[in-house]
Amino acid sequence: MTELISDELPITRQNPFDPPAEVTRIRETARVSRLKFSDGHLGWLVTGHHQVREVLGSPKFTNNPNRHHLLDIRFQGEPPKERRQPQPGMFLSQDPPDHTRLRRMLQGQFTVRRMNQLSEWIGTIVDDQIEHLRSLGGKADLVTEFALPVPSLVICALLGVDYSERDRFQEDTAKLLSLDSTFEEAMDAMARIQVFMRELIARKKENPGDDMISDLVATGEPTDEEASNMAMLLLLAGHETTANMLGLGTFTLLEHPDQLKILKDEPEVIDNAVEELMRYLSIIHFGPVRTAAEDVEIDGHLIKAGDTVLLHVPAANRDPEKFTGNPEELDLRRPASGHVAFGHGIHQCLGQQLARIEMRIAFARLFAAFPDLRLDIDPGEVPLRTDMGIYGVHSLPVAWSA
Amino acid sequence: MRISVDQNKCCGSGMCVLTDPDLFDQNDEDGTVVLLVEEPDAAHEATAKEAAGLCPAGAITVS
Repeated sequence: MTELISDELPITRQNPFDPPAEVTRIRETARVSRLKFSDGHLGWLVTGHHQVREVLGSPKFTNNPNRHHLLDIRFQGEPPKERRQPQPGMFLSQDPPDHTRLRRMLQGQFTVRRMNQLSEWIGTIVDDQIEHLRSLGGKADLVTEFALPVPSLVICALLGVDYSERDRFQEDTAKLLSLDSTFEEAMDAMARIQVFMRELIARKKENPGDDMISDLVATGEPTDEEASNMAMLLLLAGHETTANMLGLGTFTLLEHPDQLKILKDEPEVIDNAVEELMRYLSIIHFGPVRTAAEDVEIDGHLIKAGDTVLLHVPAANRDPEKFTGNPEELDLRRPASGHVAFGHGIHQCLGQQLARIEMRIAFARLFAAFPDLRLDIDPGEVPLRTDMGIYGVHSLPVAWSA
Repeated sequence: MRISVDQNKCCGSGMCVLTDPDLFDQNDEDGTVVLLVEEPDAAHEATAKEAAGLCPAGAITVS
């Protein structure tokens, strides 16, 4: 079989909301194709929805980072000379049985029932932040005044991190996740976050509170090192992702007035609207990555043990073989479930039910509170997070009638 | 139709409960799936299939 080979991963977007057109063209030609990695490895690029699910759902692939070949998109084009060893407790980059053992310590905290029980409390946080916006008059940066504070307040309270301490880790989080940081800068930032987390674990052992970290530590199951890395993972995952969905999602809705009108006229559409925004935006530029632990056939292609596979979630979420109508269009009424924006397989987002509730409440109440919310900047001037591992907007100047 | 679940495979995503809380629940301890109805009536067959298809860990089968 003749295979399509890409010498590098296309990463340039033609507009703020769509994946790079070149990636879409690759999917139209071959949902499984070859991709050159920066160390010369000839790996794979998977852009089809069904195929992405198949790889992410297969136990024949490992997510151990020291097995992955790297792309040179991060670290200013200079990938680290040595591959990273997985850190104890970072279950996102571990395989079973370690992954299963660690994730199960947390799964009970994120059930649908528990998250539903938080709705009212999350509503209070959103309402407070809306009152804060009102107090600013008729204009504000939606990211710093709403999109970032809401999920940060939620995850800090759930984990038992004092919100006033967020400056200590938010700057380092940004450095860690920035595509422009050098490898050393990213690792230094991670080391500082780890110090913060180790201190947090020590404090929770001394003075337990009514929070997830205290509960986790009290089980006596994880080691201190595992607990601090698990807490770090939750903290990073809990505010960066949802914050960017709220910022970019608001930008998207403001630029699709017909869809925004549906949301305002039919409030019951909100649950599906959140799924559709997740499908449409995906929030990551590309990825995740897996490496075959043994030979495996995917869609007629033999992926050999040791081959690294880049799954392209944004491309998969626009795959017309999966999504009906025109998947390139935002359609808040479209059946959007089955999108892979939260991933698939055993690593699928642990906090997804929390994220759903945060987004449903935040989008619904934001547009109900400010019916004439509008961009206060030329849409072409909105600073996009093309430089960050997690996509979104750096800021979103908005205005409303005070 | 008959539903079966595999707690060992389950990763506690909650997708089944989100899809049909009449059929599925989650264990409070480790978030793994609890099957509430083994043989769904006709009104729940479609959501049972959907839940099986959405499960990220392939822990739900319908036959």
